[in-house]
Amino acid sequence: MSEPTDPILEFQAVNTYYGDLHVLKNVCYTIGRGEIVSLLGGNASGKSTTMKTIMGVVRPASGRVLFDGAEIQDMPTSERVRRGIAPVLEARRLFPRMTVYENLEMGAYTRPKGAGFAQDLERVYTLFPRVQERRGQIAGTLSGGEQQMVAIGRALMARPRLICMDEPSMGLSPLYVEQVFDIIRHINAQGTTIFMVEQNASMALSIAHRAYVLQTGQVVLSGTAKDLRENPAIREAYLGELQVPGAA
Amino acid sequence: MTTFDLFLQQAINGLSLGAMYALLALGFTLVYGILELINFSHFNVFMVGSFIALWTLQQFGLFGQETILVGLPLAGVLLVTFTVTMLATGVIGVGIERFLLRPLRDVKGPAAMITTIGVSYILFNIILLTVGADSKNFPNPLPPLQIAIGGAVLRLREVLIWIIATLLMLALTFFVQRTKLGRAMRATAQDPEAARMMGVEVDRVIMTAFFLGSALAGASGLIFGLYYNFTSFLIGFNAGLRGFTAAVLGGIGNVPGAMLGGLIIGLVEAFGGQLIGSAWADVIIFAILVLVLVFRPAGLLGRLAPNRS
Repeated sequence: MSEPTDPILEFQAVNTYYGDLHVLKNVCYTIGRGEIVSLLGGNASGKSTTMKTIMGVVRPASGRVLFDGAEIQDMPTSERVRRGIAPVLEARRLFPRMTVYENLEMGAYTRPKGAGFAQDLERVYTLFPRVQERRGQIAGTLSGGEQQMVAIGRALMARPRLICMDEPSMGLSPLYVEQVFDIIRHINAQGTTIFMVEQNASMALSIAHRAYVLQTGQVVLSGTAKDLRENPAIREAYLGELQVPGAA
Repeated sequence: MTTFDLFLQQAINGLSLGAMYALLALGFTLVYGILELINFSHFNVFMVGSFIALWTLQQFGLFGQETILVGLPLAGVLLVTFTVTMLATGVIGVGIERFLLRPLRDVKGPAAMITTIGVSYILFNIILLTVGADSKNFPNPLPPLQIAIGGAVLRLREVLIWIIATLLMLALTFFVQRTKLGRAMRATAQDPEAARMMGVEVDRVIMTAFFLGSALAGASGLIFGLYYNFTSFLIGFNAGLRGFTAAVLGGIGNVPGAMLGGLIIGLVEAFGGQLIGSAWADVIIFAILVLVLVFRPAGLLGRLAPNRS
């Protein structure tokens, strides 16, 4: 496959354990600057662990994680955020008893206020007029779709160069799924690299440039999204809905 | 005294006790909110605080009740004593967290809680062995000003206790609601992992919770001394248990809840003592606690389950 020449994030032979459980087995990823890369895989394949390893919530037992060429596998999470990695967490994980605005402030936590805060807020509000309308509301009372917008907005407030998204479409109505994927594409077009775990493989492959397929902790397949869409194994395992007679 | 006068008098007493318990309850609630740890060392950080306050006042040449200060000297002495006491107990709290509790942070089960009980006894015995078992007369430099409201008496010391406790609680509320570190503290209480992934240094947040809670316990210990005119190595248990009960009553982990709970416990103690004797006040306090927990397990202002996934 075509490996990106200008990587922003790399996993080099990463092994991660939970106790005795070997979750990531010698995993290698290369995420190029400006790409959207999808990570596909079934339950317990190691997708969320990948995200946690990037954010430093889980430390790998061996291997290297490089961000912008620097080894980050031993850095505290706060330092990774400061360097430009922001998460959109599985199930949104907003701070439920804080207002929408305070959640956005938390997104900018590692940046001194004033350093473009108002400008970033404006950008989020432009992207999500709904978030602006709801800025005074307690986050836990928003609908799932609205929460996802705040979660993405919160990540943008960190002014990240890489956003790691864990299941951005989970639990959303089809209308919101469309919208969220449009937004992801838009954010990417403005220059932010996206590494995305997603159950909804057809959606994920429709906007991604490349993808990796993870199976019980091992990368079993990788390639351009186009190649993967046409791969019979992928079509059967992840794109079941395309197996309609006549669909090509 | 008429019944109304008695009522008024007990309301005055109850508010003062309530201020003391509320400040204590806040320490339990701040730490519990973030670590889900019941910090029993808090009982005796409060007690040590009242001794630090005693020693600080003695540095000003104040012993017993013979020296009265007014105006600026009084304000200055109180300001310095509160500051020194709160800083000292705050540092003690941070030390307990840093050296005794942090190593146990990821140990499952009751290890950390048992450790806090152990620390509580260590503080208790240090004071017993160094200061002795006798009650110590607590300096009271306040002029004996008082006004009569009907048959009830409102003394300067009560007004002062209310003002100081209110200012401290307003300051804490401002910190938690309006500052960046306070916001990080709330975020950590609501979802520690998500807060961490926003770049919050959780160790720093935990340290802050211990510092603030312990500093407020120190202030509470000083207020105890001013209110009762004595202190002793024994005061931690009763006051601490009331402070803890206040935190649970209000909804542990909830800051306004701790304040409300403290006030309620203080008023119940005062009125209960008046109506059916002080020996029964404890029975009433804990009966109320049990009833609230049966019918509202999360406490008056609390939520049953933290919103976590």
